[in-house]
Amino acid sequence: MSAEQNTLFIQHFWKDANRTLEYYLKHMNGYEAAKKVFAGLTPDQVIDEVKKANIRGRGGAGFPMGMKWSFIPKNSEKPKYLVCNADESEPGTCKDRQIIRYTPHLLIEGLLIGSFAIGCRHAYVYIRGEYVREAELLKAAIDEARAAGYLGKNIFGSGFDLEITVHRGAGAYICGEETGLLNSLEGKRGEPRVKPPFPAVSGAFSCPTAVNNVESIANVPHIIRMGGEAFAGLGKIDKSGGTRLISLSGHVHKPGVYEMQAGSMTLRQIIDEFGGGMLNGRRLKAVIPGGSSSPVLTAEEIDVVYDVEPLMKIGTMMGSAAIMVINEDTDMVKLLLRITKFYAHESCGQCTPCREGCHWMESILHKVLHGEAKPSDIDLLIDVAGNIGGKTLCALGDAAAMPVQSFLKKFRPEFEAYVKGQKRHA
Amino acid sequence: MEKQLSQKFYEAMKDLEPRYPNKKALILPALHQAQAECGWLPPEILAEVAAYIGVHEAQIREVASFYTMYNLKPVGKNHLRICTNVACCLRGADELMSYAERKLGIACGETTPDGMFTLSEEECLGACTTAPAMMANDDYVENLDINGLNDWIERAKNER
Repeated sequence: MSAEQNTLFIQHFWKDANRTLEYYLKHMNGYEAAKKVFAGLTPDQVIDEVKKANIRGRGGAGFPMGMKWSFIPKNSEKPKYLVCNADESEPGTCKDRQIIRYTPHLLIEGLLIGSFAIGCRHAYVYIRGEYVREAELLKAAIDEARAAGYLGKNIFGSGFDLEITVHRGAGAYICGEETGLLNSLEGKRGEPRVKPPFPAVSGAFSCPTAVNNVESIANVPHIIRMGGEAFAGLGKIDKSGGTRLISLSGHVHKPGVYEMQAGSMTLRQIIDEFGGGMLNGRRLKAVIPGGSSSPVLTAEEIDVVYDVEPLMKIGTMMGSAAIMVINEDTDMVKLLLRITKFYAHESCGQCTPCREGCHWMESILHKVLHGEAKPSDIDLLIDVAGNIGGKTLCALGDAAAMPVQSFLKKFRPEFEAYVKGQKRHA
Repeated sequence: MEKQLSQKFYEAMKDLEPRYPNKKALILPALHQAQAECGWLPPEILAEVAAYIGVHEAQIREVASFYTMYNLKPVGKNHLRICTNVACCLRGADELMSYAERKLGIACGETTPDGMFTLSEEECLGACTTAPAMMANDDYVENLDINGLNDWIERAKNER
């Protein structure tokens, strides 16, 4: 139940006054974690603490964060970079925006501790271009921190220096992919890179780089302050520590950003208890559980614990914890066309399967919806999706294929009704 | 070539230069700043940005054309970008788009003849829990309905 949730973020959200340094120092143990680090922890000790915390990356892939940091080579002569991914582009996701708006200093302190851990002297926050106001708020908070001596030269008399630069994107979903983001940061088209080399070896400006999501980095002060084990203990499921911010949207009574202890609720509980149930009492038809790329679930599949592994077991994913709830009045063909159009638009064009395949899927779905498709087109759609997934440089291809495959697996009769002329687009 | 970008542009860039290991990384910030000054990015501005960065004009165009927020043709004084992605569609974005088209007398992607309004479709703004949403110039308008959209357009008209 939400009232019993032990939360780290949400109690500080929704009030503009809470974003100040003064509030952070007074009510959120502001910069205490950084002081603890500089008072005597080594970079390795910080990374160990983050490992103990069992924190999985909050951006979508769910990769263990401590592990990511440990991949940064210790003895490299090159500068090292910590880059915060604030692109927040997976449809359905809007949690990082709230962290930046209401608790920007958590992110700044997290960047400070993370930079110390990997040996970075200049961190970048790559923020999506549309977040104009959020970028301004973040810059103001950085200035505030700098004026107070929490950034800049010789922080806390430790001899450690750090600058943070906010870098705005300019409207491209693919820049949420970490190597697309790095190219964009370098002033190029946001096209994903061939891996390896991975960013830990050759990332921003060909230097060792860790790229972490906003929520991941904003959790670091919590981890250091409470200790990795205590943070891990907030999670109610193995291998997933801390809390999760959830973006709940669509046909629920109360859409919003909510926070739960990792693994402490099922998808049904989230919809009923956070979302206040279905909007206007309509019946649930489907749930997209982790951003628009995640395979869709039917109304019968939602008694699943909402975390990385339980969702993986039933063939879908938690992604960026963006839950989109869909009621019985929704036309699944039209909805899938909408999703597919997005990926077709956002394909960067480098890999042929994705560039061509996404447009093929869009075009076939368009024909289905407008009664121009043949019965064999449904299998053609499945075939095209199968020829995109896993055959591209980055995950955008999979992101486009998974909705098509899952919608057709679970809601095929709706597509057939159009093809057979039993249903017409309104 | 006579410079068209202001002193302010060059000062802002000077401030940013030490923040990056090379000048090429300033391409995105420079395009943002140039667009803030000019409203859009005509070829001569792209050329001036290229000259400042020290790369060929084609390299700037290649980057600018990749990102949807850089306007390579003029936009109206008020740029309305209505999100029509999943979460917004589930909460009525299609109706909002049709209404805006009727109200402004233009199709999505067009600008009114008086140059007051450009209407665009936007891919997910990241305001899904307050859907439907639109971006009106640099600001978000969330929990949008037909009345709210109508009010916003009327207000903008009166500020002419």
